[in-house]
Formats: sequence, structure tokens, C-alpha cells
Amino acid sequence: MAHAIAFYVLAAFILGFAVLVVSTKDTVHSVLFLVLDFLFVAALYVLLSAQFLAVIQVLVYAGGIVVLYLFVVMLVNLKRPPEAHADPHRRTKLGFFLAAAVLVEIAVIAGYGYVRPAAAPVAAVAQAAAMPVSGNTEQVGWLLYTSYLIPFEIASMLLLVAMIGAIVLAKREL
Amino acid sequence: MITPTHYMLLSAALFIIGVTGVMVRRNIIIIFMSIELILNSVNINLVAFSSQLQNQVGQVFAIFVIAVAAAEAAVGLGIILAFYRNKETINIDEMNIMRW
Repeated sequence: MAHAIAFYVLAAFILGFAVLVVSTKDTVHSVLFLVLDFLFVAALYVLLSAQFLAVIQVLVYAGGIVVLYLFVVMLVNLKRPPEAHADPHRRTKLGFFLAAAVLVEIAVIAGYGYVRPAAAPVAAVAQAAAMPVSGNTEQVGWLLYTSYLIPFEIASMLLLVAMIGAIVLAKREL
Repeated sequence: MITPTHYMLLSAALFIIGVTGVMVRRNIIIIFMSIELILNSVNINLVAFSSQLQNQVGQVFAIFVIAVAAAEAAVGLGIILAFYRNKETINIDEMNIMRW
């Protein structure tokens, strides 16, 4: 019961702040609503007993990425509001229509799954029980450094390349 | 009783909000933030199933998604800054210098 109340409260906050992120006129306010949204998603991870991921969410998203966004908002001078200039060829109604089409697709998939529910997989549970460590952070770390070692290293290479790329792009002249 | 279906519906709603932001807004910074919302909705899905199946592989994949999101934000914001120096705008309707 407490789980259900916590879920509904968190879901309401997550969706409400997401709507505010998308709809606010002021870009700085939008970034601040994004921070709140990420914090509530982190709380949802705690509810799902993924504590390590909740900490990563707060550190990387709410701490790192959002600061990057705030820097860019401060660096670009918004004397002329970006929404003021409207392209006569732009079709905002078509954008809403495409988003509604995605909604209909997801509703169809959800309805199909409701009509024909899939059998619950049982093989995964046995594999998780074979892990030699207990605790959320220990298990995630065990998986990262055994089965997923090569993807982990590739992710670190991706971050290195992205860092160099960001420096090259943002520098005035090389 | 909260089942993975509830988490999937929350994730789908967040995804739709992000897609609407990408389609409708003209400020490119807000479009990037909508993409972050979409990536977050995917993460909610992964973690919900990881919790349901008692298998931590979903959380490992969520960490990879966060790493890719960080890389995407760094490169994308670098592109925004480079573009802003050239054209003094962050309106995507005016970003047409590569159009033929």
C-alpha cells in the first residue's frame, strides 16, 4: 500500500515537471524543472531498490549534465527570444499529430499485451541467484566487471571521444 | 499492487511528453532536454524490469544509457555553441545552412 502511494506521488511529480520542462517559455526555468524531474526519477529508482543507479542519476544527470545545460543557456545570449521568429513553412499541428501517432502506437502495443499476456520468464531468476555477492551496488559492479567488461570499456572510450569532440567544437580556433 | 505495467505506462507517458517537446518546440536547448526526458523514460523501463526479474543486468544497461546521454549532451551542446557563434540564434527554424 505504501509502495503504491509512493509510486503514484512520484509519477505525478515526474510527469508534471516533464510537462513544465517542455512548456515553459523561460529556458532557465525549464532547466531547473529538469533538475527536479531527474531528482524524482532518482527517488523512483530507490523505490525500485536500485540505489546505486539513483546515486548515479543524481551525480551525473542532476549534477553534471544539467550544469552543462545551464552553462550553455548562460553563454548564448537570448536577447531575441528563440520562439519569436516563426517559420511560415513550419507546421506545429503536424508535430502534435506525429506525437499523437506515437501515443496511439504505444496504446496499441499496450492493448495487445493486455489481450495476450506473455508468459513470465523464469530462467533469469536462476542466473541472478548464482551471483557470488549480495547487495545492489556489489551486484551491479560484479556484472559490469565480468559479463559486461568490454561494453564498459567501450563506454569509457565513447566518453573520451565525446569529451575531445566537445572541446574541438567549442574552441574558437585550433 | 504496483506491477511493471504501471511503470511501463509511466515510462510511455514520459516518452510521449519528450516526443511532443521534440516535435513542437523551436528552442534547440529545450529540444535537447526533451531528448534527455526520452532517455530517462527508457531507464525507468529498464530498472522496473530489473527489479521485477531480480536481475541486475537492466541496471547495467541503464548505466550505459546514462553514459551515452552524457556524451550526447556534451557533443550536442558543443554544436549549439559553435552554431550560435556563426548565426547568433538557437531557433531550429533558422538552422538551414546545410539545406540544399
